[in-house]
Amino acid sequence: MNRFFTEEHEWIEVNGDIATVGITDYAQEQLGDIVFVELPMPGTRVDRGGEAAVVESVKAASDVYAPVSGEVVGVNEQLEDEPSLVNESAETGGWFFQLRLSDTAELQGLMNEEAYQAYVVALG
Amino acid sequence: MSEADCDSMADEAGETAALPLDPLPLTGWHRAHGARMVPFAGYDMPIQYDGIMAEHHWTRSSASLFDVSHMGQLRVTGEGAGEALEAVLPGNMTGLGEGQVRYSLLLDENAGVLDDLMVTRMADGYYLVVNGATKWDDIAHLIEHLPDEITLNHMTDHALLALQGPGAAGALAALLPGVEALFFMHAGAFAWQGHELWVSRSGYTGEDGFEISIAADAVEQLADALVALDAVKPAGLGARDSLRLEAGLPLYGHDLDPLTDPISAGLGFAIPRARREQGAFIGHAALMERIASGPVRRRVGLLLDGRQPAREGATLLSGGREVGTVTSGGFSPTLERPIAMGYITTGLAATGTALEVEVRNKRLAAQVCALPFVPHRYHRKEG
Repeated sequence: MNRFFTEEHEWIEVNGDIATVGITDYAQEQLGDIVFVELPMPGTRVDRGGEAAVVESVKAASDVYAPVSGEVVGVNEQLEDEPSLVNESAETGGWFFQLRLSDTAELQGLMNEEAYQAYVVALG
Repeated sequence: MSEADCDSMADEAGETAALPLDPLPLTGWHRAHGARMVPFAGYDMPIQYDGIMAEHHWTRSSASLFDVSHMGQLRVTGEGAGEALEAVLPGNMTGLGEGQVRYSLLLDENAGVLDDLMVTRMADGYYLVVNGATKWDDIAHLIEHLPDEITLNHMTDHALLALQGPGAAGALAALLPGVEALFFMHAGAFAWQGHELWVSRSGYTGEDGFEISIAADAVEQLADALVALDAVKPAGLGARDSLRLEAGLPLYGHDLDPLTDPISAGLGFAIPRARREQGAFIGHAALMERIASGPVRRRVGLLLDGRQPAREGATLLSGGREVGTVTSGGFSPTLERPIAMGYITTGLAATGTALEVEVRNKRLAAQVCALPFVPHRYHRKEG
């Protein structure tokens, strides 16, 4: 299993040294109708915990932080015209960006799916 | 996403939560109907049911039921109640016919807006509906300035519902035959299942609709009867906010506050000529000065390019110079683009003026536009 989750409600799918990042279904549910997603520029370096994207719902704006450090190698351009894709398929077609990992050891502190589901249940 | 962002969503929906939250008559009903609850004006209130976007569109095409029981319902009675209110409010109270509803303002000595409210003339006095977050201050202000022989009654045993949308009249008439004969900004008494209802044809969405005052112990029965109708679904505070923004209606605490006067806010219509000339209300001198000098800034509508909304507090720029501030902003579900309201230097307030809005260290193109963003569809007596 190479999908990880953070306490900030992001998922990270790892394939070799490339990580695809999005927000979880729980997160999109909490945010409500998403109307805009600002994605990082390809080529930018992001540090773990640093601002990487912005997601705006009808009601409010939220930051998306990089769950791991790396270089942005791809973004989901479909979100530009169709931000509601995040509501419809947060954990598949609604992915945000791809990173080339600079340190795979950073993955070690992250949750697996089971641990994340338990974490969400505990949030009530 | 940070956990703090989830919390801030709730904070943005209302005022800072003062714990513990008071339940309202329908708090349990909202939960049972699947609402997501947030703290608002010190109460536990529904922000959404099916989603803000869906509820917004449903209101513009059918009818939505909003619980606005957090708002303050007040009765002002006694000999000379109209004259007494005219010493506090800048509107024409004594000239109102029975059942007529007016928008009015509570002003301080500097003509700063303490609250905005609706006033209705009743057979034996006046009925006021004030904002939830300001009601306790309003009551203190009214007690201080109304003479002893005037009685102020806070109707804490009453709930308030709003039924809004083009399908509202047909739906409500199914329960209250004859209610469809009311015109916009008129109100009357109706009986339903042995309960007394006070119904106004008014609202905060720009659509035709009604506000219904009913005893708190009967409101659940009425809410059940309304949502049992095919045209009606419950809606939350999120859609209420996006609807009123499209309708160009100011929200107290955001677009109006004590540092804002009615003229800058474009609410001069609430102060008729006779009252301006006659004076004798709180804030009159400061208000007349403001009218004479002209407002330094004005409330305007803003259309943004692109899809990213500008939120409250965003700076407005012209030629790189700071010229104003956004006071309400969001995404318009009807226009499918970001819209905002704000205050701008008078010289730049003309419709069509090109501006920039600073959003998260970026400058987005915007232009001044006339309010409302979406035309009102009130059921007016004339035309």
